[in-house]
Amino acid sequence: MITNNPFSILAETIPAIAMQTFVIVMGLLVVLGTLIDIIHKKNVKYFFENAKKAKKSAKKTLTTGEKTAVVIKTIAHDIATTSELGAGKRRVAHLLGMYGTILFWIGSVIMIFCYSIPSSDTPSVWPIIWHVGAIMTVLGGAWFWFFLRVDVYSEAHPWYRIVKADLFVLALLASSSFGLIWSFLQSLNLNNRWDDKLFLILFIISNLVLFGGIYWSKFAHMFYKPGAAIQKNLAEADGSRDNLPPPADAPEQYGLGINREAPKHY
Amino acid sequence: MPTFVYMTRCDGCGHCVDICPSDIMHIDETIRRAKNIEPNFCWECYACVKACPNHAIDVRGYADFSPMGHSVRVRREEEKGTISWKIKFRNGTEKDFVSPITTKPWGKFIPKLSEADKPNQEEINSQILYSEPNGLNTKKDLPTISKDSFKKGVYY
Repeated sequence: MITNNPFSILAETIPAIAMQTFVIVMGLLVVLGTLIDIIHKKNVKYFFENAKKAKKSAKKTLTTGEKTAVVIKTIAHDIATTSELGAGKRRVAHLLGMYGTILFWIGSVIMIFCYSIPSSDTPSVWPIIWHVGAIMTVLGGAWFWFFLRVDVYSEAHPWYRIVKADLFVLALLASSSFGLIWSFLQSLNLNNRWDDKLFLILFIISNLVLFGGIYWSKFAHMFYKPGAAIQKNLAEADGSRDNLPPPADAPEQYGLGINREAPKHY
Repeated sequence: MPTFVYMTRCDGCGHCVDICPSDIMHIDETIRRAKNIEPNFCWECYACVKACPNHAIDVRGYADFSPMGHSVRVRREEEKGTISWKIKFRNGTEKDFVSPITTKPWGKFIPKLSEADKPNQEEINSQILYSEPNGLNTKKDLPTISKDSFKKGVYY
């Protein structure tokens, strides 16, 4: 199953152009949803106003080279490793979900656009990337959903309580899980039975919810969070620091300090 | 001077929810970020501001007595054992202070909550907070109000 390209098998019943159109429509929905979200929440306006404020209280003017270095460092350190989540389970789960989703989407796009005719010979690396990505997403997403969600972890709500904020993670989980089940059933060669068709439909619906529901879901956080991390590090570099005090120049061990405990005391 | 949350900074870790003595820091049901659900009940204790690992929480001064443009922000560095404050006045004057976090050993006067008994659902739903009423040095239970008597729409 893991080395089979599910889209080339699907191409026997659905033309490749239909699959490619679906991917393009999903891409357009991402752009449209994010733009509407930006207009509604005024995020970009907020970022620019914040940048202006930071510039006013900056202690030094950064050169373009220094700014570029900060941006590169932020991408490599903060964004690629989601360092804001600290060292712990939340970060591991987020990394699993994040890289899993990236692999899953890249695998989907490559296989649909390059290897989606029944006669095409797909290099086994792409199906493997697609399946591994989906498995990572399911693992990270389910770990987050059942155990690490702050609603469950800090607010003591039961795991089955669903709120609007869950739309993104649930749609993502559904899309990768249904994709995996569909691919598995398809690989069984069920001779036109209903099973794989049902999961194909569920896979399509979950993708529609995921990409079509951006305005209502947290999907666009994957664009805002990197922007916020870059702004934060630029503010540290130019000394404005969002009015925060500088790191203490006290002796290495000034007070007895505290040991931060996980927020699970409700 | 109630607290508020910079949504772009918050990652919904729950530290403020956990530490708020007034139980007013909660997680938003739409974006899963922290929010102050009842600013009027904020004690301005700064516990959540200090606890936030992302410096996402700030305190807003009331417009009638706190001139616009001022700022009071804090950075807690647990590994150094320091707490630093930056006070910015409306006229641009800035003052920085650094203090030790505590001189009391952890676990002697400050409870090691992670080692305490896990609360049951009844205790979670109760209006009595951790260590109450013993922690308040009272020998009787605190008065409670039935949730049914609360104004509709204020609580969920």
